[in-house]
This record gives sequence, C-alpha cells and structure tokens, in this order.
Amino acid sequence: MPQPDVRLDRVTKRFGDVVAVDDLSLVVEHGEFFSMLGPSGCGKTTTLRMIGGFEETSEGTIYLGDADVTDLPPFRRDVNTVFQNYALFPHLTIYENVAFGLRRRKIPDGEIRHQVATMLALVELPGYERRRPHQLSGGQQQRIALARALINHPRVLLLDEPLGALDLKLRKQMQIELKRIQTEVGITFIYVTHDQEEAMTMSDRIAVMRHGRIEQLGPPEDLYERPSTDFVAGFLGVSNLIEGEVAGRDDRFAAIRLPDGTVLRAPSASVNGAPRVRVGVRPEKLRVLALTDEASSAANGLNTLDGVILDASYIGVSTQYLVEIASGQRLVVYAQNIETSGAAEAHPDGQRVRLTWRPEHTFVIGAAPMTPSDEQPEGEIHA
Amino acid sequence: MAGWLRQHRGLIPYLFLLPGVLWLLVFFVLPMLAMASVATQEGTLGTGFRQTFNVGVFPEVLDRYAPHFLRSLEYALVVTLLTIGIGFPMAYTIAFRGGRYKNVLLLLVIMPFFTSFVIRTISWKFILADQGFVLGTLKDAGIVDEGFRILATPAAVISGITYNFLPFFVLPMYVALERIDYRLVEAATDLYASRLQAFLRVTLPLSIPGLFAGSLLTFIPAAGDYINAELLGGTRDTQMIGNVVQTLYIVNRDYPHAAAVSLILMVALLVGVVAYRRVLRGQELTV
Repeated sequence: MPQPDVRLDRVTKRFGDVVAVDDLSLVVEHGEFFSMLGPSGCGKTTTLRMIGGFEETSEGTIYLGDADVTDLPPFRRDVNTVFQNYALFPHLTIYENVAFGLRRRKIPDGEIRHQVATMLALVELPGYERRRPHQLSGGQQQRIALARALINHPRVLLLDEPLGALDLKLRKQMQIELKRIQTEVGITFIYVTHDQEEAMTMSDRIAVMRHGRIEQLGPPEDLYERPSTDFVAGFLGVSNLIEGEVAGRDDRFAAIRLPDGTVLRAPSASVNGAPRVRVGVRPEKLRVLALTDEASSAANGLNTLDGVILDASYIGVSTQYLVEIASGQRLVVYAQNIETSGAAEAHPDGQRVRLTWRPEHTFVIGAAPMTPSDEQPEGEIHA
Repeated sequence: MAGWLRQHRGLIPYLFLLPGVLWLLVFFVLPMLAMASVATQEGTLGTGFRQTFNVGVFPEVLDRYAPHFLRSLEYALVVTLLTIGIGFPMAYTIAFRGGRYKNVLLLLVIMPFFTSFVIRTISWKFILADQGFVLGTLKDAGIVDEGFRILATPAAVISGITYNFLPFFVLPMYVALERIDYRLVEAATDLYASRLQAFLRVTLPLSIPGLFAGSLLTFIPAAGDYINAELLGGTRDTQMIGNVVQTLYIVNRDYPHAAAVSLILMVALLVGVVAYRRVLRGQELTV
C-alpha cells in the first residue's frame, strides 16, 4: 500500500474566538481525487489553505508524505494551488505565468520552453504564449491557472472552487476536463467546492464538512445512498425523512415502526443501535401507484406508504409529486417519465396513491435532528 | 437645442470637455503665451518693457543661474528618493497590514494638510532653531557641539521639502498597492517565490503606476519649491531656482528674466517627465 500523500492529524484553526477548523484528521491517498464539500463557513477553504501553507495551524500537524510541513512557508511545500479567481499575474504574459514556478527553481530556459509548450497543449491552449491574462476568457484563464500549477509536478494539487466563476455549461465541460487531466497526470487533487454535483461528478472520495468538522467521508455513492446524518442527506440532494423507532432486526433488514403503526424495512447495517431513528429515502427511488388492487399485489416485499397527491409538476425528464402521507408529512417523489408523455398522464392532484420502494434503498439516521440555522446547499437541486 | 443634440450625439463628450478646455485655455495657455512674451521683452520697470524678441535671454539666464538650476534638480532628486524610501513602506504597511485601521492611518497621512504649508514650515524653523528646544536640550546635555546647527544647511531644506511632500507620494502609492489582489502574492509564494522574490516579481511591478504618479507629484513641486529653501535654508548655498524667480520678480521687478527662468524650468521638467515615463514604459503602467 503506497503511503498517503497528505495527512492531517488533529488540526485546529482558530480566528480569534471563531473555530474555523475543529480537531480535523484526514488522510488523502496517492493519486486520489479528493473533495471537501460543504456550505460557506464550514472550514473547507481554511483546511485547504493550511495544506497550502497560507494559513498557520492553531493546533495539530500536517504531513506531506512522511514530512511534517506544518511550519513550512508555501514556497517550501511540494503543493501547488489553483486559486478561486485564478490569480494570474496580470503584468506577465501567459508564457511567463506558466513558467513562473520553473523560473523560481532555476530550470534552464530550453527546458522551460519545452515544458510550457507541453502544458499549454495539455490544457488545450497551444499558441497562447504571447497573450496577457486579460485577453483570455474566464474558462481559458482557468486552464492557464491549472497549467501554471501543474507544470511544477507537485505532490498534491489544491483547487479552491476553481470553477465557481464559470457559467453552468462551461463548468460542466471543465469538470470532465479536470477529471481527464487528473487521470492523465496522476497527481493527487484536493478539491474544495460547495457544489454537491461537482463533487459527485469528479471525486473518488468526498469529505462533507460542517462547522469545521467532517460530517461524513466516503465515495460519492456511499454519501448519496447511505448518508449518516441529516445534514449530509440534505446537502447531497433531496431526501425524505420519516420519524420512527426500531422494532426489531435480523441479518439483512431492520424493521422500523412509524407512529401510525406502518412498518418499514431498512438494511440492518444502517441501524446503529439508537432506538429513535429517522428513515430516509431519495425521491427518485419512490414509485407512485394509483391505489387499486393491482397496487397492493405489486407491493410484495417492498416498503409501502399510502398518501394523497398534493401537487404534480411535469418538468420534462421527470414528474415531481408532493405526496401527503397518513402522518401529515409531505414526501417528494421524482417519477421518471419513461412510459408517460405529457402532464395529462401524470397522477392528478387529490388522487389516493401508494408509494413503494425497495428496502435496500432505505437509509437510517440515528443522530440528532438538523438545526434550523444550517445553510442550505447553494447549488440547485436537480431532478 | 435638445433636438439638435439628439441628432449629433457624438458631440456630447466634447460638450462635457468644453468647460475644462476653456478653463485651461484661459488659465494655462494664455498665461504661458504671456510669459513667453514677457521673457523676450527688454527694458526696466521705470522705462517700460518693449517686445524685442530677445531670445538671447534664455542662454543668458541658463548660464547665470546654472548652479541654482542644478541645486534644485539635485535637491528634488534627493527628496524624491527619500520620499520613496520613507513613503513606500508606509503605503505598503497601510495597504496590506492596515486592516481596520486603514482609514485612520490614511487620515493621519493627510493630517498635516489641515494646517497651512507655510505655518508648518515655520514651526519646523522654530523646532530646529539653533537654541530651540531640540538642539538647545541636546547642547545643554552635551550630546552635540555648541556650534552644531541644522537650520541653514542643505539637510534642513531637503528634510523640509521631504516632510511637506510625503503625503503626495504616499496617497497614490497607497492606491496602487491597495488595488493589488493579495492572492497574487500568495500565488507567487505558492509557485516557489520567497517573500522577497514575490515582492520583486509581483508586488513591485504591479505598483509601478503608483510609484510613477507619486514620484512625479513629489519631484515637480520639490524642484520649484522656494518656501523651504527660504525658511529652513535662507543662505546663498541653499538657494533654489524658485528663490531666484521670486527674487527676480518680486524684489528686482525684472520680469523678463523671471519669466525666462520659469519657462526653462518648465521645459526641463516636461522633458524629464517624458524621459522618466519612457524608462518605466517597459513596465505595465496601465495595470
């Protein structure tokens, strides 16, 4: 097993009385695309800046490989940064911008010329050497910022919301591009973003952060399919959470009884022992059936809840339903429009329906309820 | 009128420029022409001045007052270097380390302007007097010789001018430094530049516009100053070209020579500014 590239050991950062990063420990493996995801003020950027050397730690140790770099200035750390607004040097040409790091390390001119050309080819901007940063579009500046950092072949590349200033279409394109480049150069990326979709698209692993701590860490599908806290469930997409208590469990499934007596099943592994829990299910895992005999027979082995359609909105790829269940709680359902075409074929408002989903798609959260002061994710919610 | 403007929209910018252009025409171009005209006249106050197109007056005064011209340029140069040395760190500290005290510090920089230029210079004369409380105390304590003096030396004049024009350098320098995105400095240190290299490669080149403006705002008035030379100097050895103009004009009533000296100073400064601009041309002045 190769040694990790970055290790944070119980790192804390305080600004006056404010704790920005709180006793954080973290390991990033070699070659990994690692994201730190969270709302603004969660400590993700501060953590990145401490790794880069732009902020001093209040407590704790930072390792690059096996070297303790906690007290080293940025220019003695084998990491490079792509800054949020690119921070290209406005008085230098693109060539001199990209060559900046190599020049400081006294690489011979011929070698610099060769490497700059290679880098500009990698970011698909060959021939831009003589231009100035202000002559480039946002997307192009972003690529130059990437080239300027990558040319130094750092052990780790730090990216601080590098796509934040780009429009949606360009952002999507650059996400794919970034992932391609990362795979091509094989350098460890640590990526900071508040956009859950961006993090999910590119990352091998994501640390969801909140109040200076890691709320949950894992591959994107783990975080999405099996969030362990309300915050993660709410930050990564939409989720329906229903209160209940654990009524029993076997090897595969635990039974959770809702206040109205309905029993739902969830994977045993997701139940951690707390008696009062919340059962969660993602909107796209739910099926909506009109309440007929056919529906009851189709429900075998599935979790079911009966309710009334409050609202149906047709949005092209899917139809969104708001369904009120017996307890009065409202659940969101995204139904793919596979066999339907047009709003006319959707379930009408007021119709009694049965929601069904597979027990495997159920997750259980045992932690304390989410506090209302938490920020919502800034990215839009996609169907 | 409104209808006519609507049809000639392109003229609107020129209309906006009109008051300024008229102002300059009346208060700059006309006096310049008048001055050039006076310079080439001959005569005395008693007999009256006649226009004789005597261009020989220029080499004449240039030759006669060469030491004063040179002294003025020398003092102004030293003053400018001193203001850069003192003012740059000041502006840098306020811009990058001022934090929430920025405005207070800037207020302190311009505070001297709340008192008249002449009054301030006179109070320096009082402070630095041979038996004033600074030198008097030092002499009583035996730290400096009884004969030691500051007033009436070139150092006094240069210090006075430096003190008086420091804010003119600090303010444009501050504005230029303040505009620099600190992340550029971080980016430089991220790319293996030490703090000194980051300063030399990023901060300094990006602050050139402020350095240019600030040093000109110091050098030009410093070269023409006569108050400091008069009040803090006052000897023949500290006379600057401004004192020459003042004496010629107000004491001797020799208007042609006074005008000729003024014109030469102006042309010399203009040539100097253009040359200075060319030196810095290689840098990005527009950033």
